[in-house]
Amino acid sequence: MNFLRKIFEETGKLVEEGKPLSWAYPVWEAADTIFFSTNKQTTKGPHIRDNMDIKRTMFFVVIALIPCYIFGAYNIGYLNASAMEIDRGLIGNTIFGLTYVIPILIATFVAGAICELTFAIIRKHEVNEGFLVSCALIPLTMPPDVPLWQVIIGTSFGIIIGKEIFGGVGTNIFNPALTSRAFMYFAFPTKISGDKVWAIGPDGYSGATALAIPANPSQYDTASNLFAANTQFDFSMMNMFWGLIPGSIGETNKLLILLGAFFLIYCGIASWRIMVSSVLGLVFTALLLNLLNYFTIDGILQAGGSPNAMLTISPLQHILIGSFLFGTVFMATEPVTSSHTNTGRWIYGFLIGVLTVIIRSINPAYPEGVFLAILIMNMFAPLIDYYVVQANIKMRLARNV
Amino acid sequence: MELFNSESKKIISDPINVNNPISLQVLGICSALAVTIRLDQAIIMTLAVVFVLCSSNVILSLIRNYIPTRVRIVIMLSVIASLVSVVDELLKAYLYDMSKQLSVFVGLIITNCIIMGRAEAFALKHGPSKAFLDGLGNSMGYGLIIIVVSFFRELFGAGTITLPDGGAGYVLWRIPDSWYAAGYENIGLLVLSPGAFIILGLVIWIQREFAGVEEDA
Repeated sequence: MNFLRKIFEETGKLVEEGKPLSWAYPVWEAADTIFFSTNKQTTKGPHIRDNMDIKRTMFFVVIALIPCYIFGAYNIGYLNASAMEIDRGLIGNTIFGLTYVIPILIATFVAGAICELTFAIIRKHEVNEGFLVSCALIPLTMPPDVPLWQVIIGTSFGIIIGKEIFGGVGTNIFNPALTSRAFMYFAFPTKISGDKVWAIGPDGYSGATALAIPANPSQYDTASNLFAANTQFDFSMMNMFWGLIPGSIGETNKLLILLGAFFLIYCGIASWRIMVSSVLGLVFTALLLNLLNYFTIDGILQAGGSPNAMLTISPLQHILIGSFLFGTVFMATEPVTSSHTNTGRWIYGFLIGVLTVIIRSINPAYPEGVFLAILIMNMFAPLIDYYVVQANIKMRLARNV
Repeated sequence: MELFNSESKKIISDPINVNNPISLQVLGICSALAVTIRLDQAIIMTLAVVFVLCSSNVILSLIRNYIPTRVRIVIMLSVIASLVSVVDELLKAYLYDMSKQLSVFVGLIITNCIIMGRAEAFALKHGPSKAFLDGLGNSMGYGLIIIVVSFFRELFGAGTITLPDGGAGYVLWRIPDSWYAAGYENIGLLVLSPGAFIILGLVIWIQREFAGVEEDA
């Protein structure tokens, strides 16, 4: 450690103010604070003595994501092996998957770091740690076979349009990782629309995802068919929970996502209110649609002129298919773009759940609705907070009169 | 009066740069989003707007002393509408394909805020030669932005660069098939309206950066 400290002290002298290399200070500062806690002292109040600065908070999120990465890599290898009908073993599958995951990860981090550093140098502020989490989240939302240049464009878009033009971390309206995902979704719809499975396999190896099967009623008239394993993938509930299904890299294994959620809640980083309320919202809306489907005569609630099998999907199935859990645990709870008041968090999360089911079930154009729901609610989070605060002020005024 | 003294130059260059109708005043956004899918459409639209704005400014400036203040909007509208009808008919006569592609947006030049705005703010207060220069500057400022936006939208959204000709447009350059074979894909988002907003926003950002405009937060 002393050796490292020395390196940073020596190089630190090069980037002091007034030196020719002073423009590179943000780069030095970012590297320095990864290894050591900062030397900076606050000169004015309030003083908080705590080692949990933003960088360490963000690192906890990254730690929670690591299991999803490893499982994602294994899953790519597993699906490939089962399609090719070979047996590679646990380690072999994981290594096979890593050869797809790591290039995406590197592309994301290089593109993200270039954007972030450029803005840090031009605007003369320190590199913000938020980009670590954004860049760690982006590969997990990508299909394994995504072209790397698309990843680079998507990441740059997410960092610049989603974050930097609003002023950087802390002032952004939209979650940068989701902005980049949404951009990719609309920019390159042939690869990333979510109705065809993503798996590394032999040519012509494709099929419908669990979300697209009920949305395609000509083949599958009710959701029960979906779970009758009449597709080439095993979409049984148990299998979807364990995550051995095709999907984006990080979202398939629901158990690891739940573990990540408990870890984040235990460390006090993510808001449990948002997670719980979004699940409540999803269950409520799914039940409502089930009820509607039950009581309406066949043909009243239709999507695209044919019976809408999405209405028959039970709440539990809604939680398991698609990336709802991943979105609500890691994306919706992002501290900057979610609501800041506790009451607001309940409303914000609940509406995310409601919108997810509505977009999935009522709108036949988009198979997945989680990322759109979270982006929409990102937009409304400040408004929710405003009215919660106003209501509180009114209540306290009324109490005092 | 001297046509190219410093004041005239300012009248014509300000709207192109530091007082651009689209990127600084944020006027005429509707048509800027609608006709920027292809470069040739944007060029024809620019020509149409140059014609309408210059003529309407000159005509209204010539009759400005005879217009009663109370009915000036009606008179401005009738002058602009007649000019727009002329453009529309000309396009239908000589560039039928283009007029079909531009469809209602030529007619909607009437409601383009830039034209009414310049008539109200400038032409009614200045002589015809200055009004002409102002019209030229503003329409060129408008055209510059929509041509830049449409260039990027067409190149990255559809993979072509199209110039106007008598028919459906002359394709100057097209992304070669070998690129697509190598894995290149068009960015479909740019063909949709949100893509226009994003490109326009970036253009406004860069243009304000160069013009040195700071807005109060």
